[in-house]
Amino acid sequence: MHWIRSLGGLLFLAISLVGSGCAAASSSAVGGDLSSAVPAFPVTLHAANGSVTLASMPSKIVSISPSATEMLFAIGAGDQVVAADSYSDYPADAPTTDLSAYEPNVEAIAAYEPDLVVYSNDPGDLQTSLDKLHIRALEQPAAATIDDVYAQMQQLGQATGHVTEAQAQVSDLQAQVAQVTASVGDAGAGMTYYYELDDTYYSVTSDTFIGNLLGQLGLTNIADKAKEASSGYPQLSAEYIVVADPTLILLADTKCCGQSATSLAKRPGWADLQAVADGGVVELDDDIASRWGPRILQLLQQVGAAVQERAAA
Amino acid sequence: MKHASRLDAVRVVPVHTRQPPSRARRRAVRWTVVGFAVLFVSVLIGLFAGAVRIPPTGILGWMVGAGTLTEQQRAILAQLRLPRVVLAGLVGAALSVSGCAYQAAFRNPLADPYLLGSAAGAGLGATLVIVLGVADVPFALPAAAFLGALGGVGLAYLMASTRAAGRTSTSLLLAGVAVASFLTAFQTYVQQRDTDDLREVYAFILGRLGTGGWHEVLLALPWVVLASAVLLASRRLLEVLSLGDLEAASLGAHVSRDRAIVVIAASLATAAAVAVAGLIGFVGLIVPHAVRMATGASHRLVVGLSLLFGASFLILCDVLARTVVAPGELPIGVITAMIGAPFFAFVLRRSGGAR
Repeated sequence: MHWIRSLGGLLFLAISLVGSGCAAASSSAVGGDLSSAVPAFPVTLHAANGSVTLASMPSKIVSISPSATEMLFAIGAGDQVVAADSYSDYPADAPTTDLSAYEPNVEAIAAYEPDLVVYSNDPGDLQTSLDKLHIRALEQPAAATIDDVYAQMQQLGQATGHVTEAQAQVSDLQAQVAQVTASVGDAGAGMTYYYELDDTYYSVTSDTFIGNLLGQLGLTNIADKAKEASSGYPQLSAEYIVVADPTLILLADTKCCGQSATSLAKRPGWADLQAVADGGVVELDDDIASRWGPRILQLLQQVGAAVQERAAA
Repeated sequence: MKHASRLDAVRVVPVHTRQPPSRARRRAVRWTVVGFAVLFVSVLIGLFAGAVRIPPTGILGWMVGAGTLTEQQRAILAQLRLPRVVLAGLVGAALSVSGCAYQAAFRNPLADPYLLGSAAGAGLGATLVIVLGVADVPFALPAAAFLGALGGVGLAYLMASTRAAGRTSTSLLLAGVAVASFLTAFQTYVQQRDTDDLREVYAFILGRLGTGGWHEVLLALPWVVLASAVLLASRRLLEVLSLGDLEAASLGAHVSRDRAIVVIAASLATAAAVAVAGLIGFVGLIVPHAVRMATGASHRLVVGLSLLFGASFLILCDVLARTVVAPGELPIGVITAMIGAPFFAFVLRRSGGAR
């Protein structure tokens, strides 16, 4: 759900981003080509946690990654998911349990007798514990780029026997993303944005997944000037935001912190900001904004529409 | 073992009664003037420094009512920078004066707002309010922090008073350590259960100087003023208490009652600071010591000077927090510890050890 709001979540994001570049990219090098003539299983996947061989199609998957849960359902593998973590609240028929994605409890996971565990965050000994119990697991760390998202979806397709659907979903996603960037065109050039993670002005730089995604719309991120403050998630100075006067303010703290265009106008010194005064505040869904699942398209469309609106104004 | 060695370090602070009164008075006046001057300069630096460059001449002009600044620059100064400087000053003063009071009341150089369970209690109160989702209710957060602070100290008092030895400062301190550990553990449990609000809680624990403009200043101001006034008025009492229970009693002090007054006032100041700024460590411990070591003054003078220098210290620490990685910010607690510890060591060396 709102796990990105936790500092721990942020830290883990920041840490896992480091490893994700190589992790997701390698999944295309799966042994076995995708033609239907070749049986889907056994399959060997090259994931962030090394080579994972699945002898047969998993039917009892435990997902303790909200992003992975969304992807699994998107590619038609939802029926194979027996349990998902407490934050996996989308889609509605996801089997949400009280399993923690934040501090995974191996015994609680094992109780579901899974034949595949998908996780994004190993805070310590998750993988080694699962190994001891001979439970196959797939690590899918936080995506760094949208290509990582595609790669993770394809990898899940191979892992669950839904190669074709995964590929179709990816192609569809790619086409729609291309459509958004095409319709925005160069309307975003010269526009700046401030992306708000919470009401103490934590933000994201372009080095993060979300920053990278928004960069595709040609927008300039005002948090990039604070890169040295933090690896990806700096806390910005209020006076800097006021002076930067961004074209767009993207709120990823509408749920966690109840922020809105109205509440922004009440902040000291904010009422005169162009985004606040002229309708440049975009209220995002915290959950979508904090995951790297298929719904990133919605976010991109929402911001893309705002960019076009501002360009037309 | 650790606690035992802490308590071994209890020493009587010498009272400088041998000096001619006029000399002590001159010194008091001199240091008070220095304290105000340092505070004034700190406020100026606080106003001049920030993520956004505003011409110093323009700021000086703005202070005397002349207008060469743009409207936006004036808004930044009046609505963002000045309230933050004032808040830093208030919080620094509150933490320092309460640290000074705790140290005198318990005759322990390691006593500070964090040792007696008051800050831990305030932290727990605030965490509960955040987790229960009622933090937006007016005054809920400061009220919970204050109740938590008093609850923490009260618990320590209760525990200590059941000992046969009665409420000696030693048993009270030990009880405070236990209460603080318990409350901190409970707070950790609450926040772990509710990971949704983890970051909000963490921000609180790391300390943060508000983003709310004058709102937080107004929230803390009355309590800090009240508590500081009580402690300033009790400065002779503090000196008597710092001599030891027997000595204080022989001087006619009602030791338990007087100590209770001081502790309640100090807890009030702590709670006000914690409520608006979260947990900012180190200030309450080092500022009173640094003042005492630098001036060689008795508690009577150190109370007032802690207010002034504590305010200056936190204002300057916040300047660093706001500028070192500008336009990003650093957690204020990191700065207070990183600046505070070496500075403390320097003063300790220069003065040839704690008195």
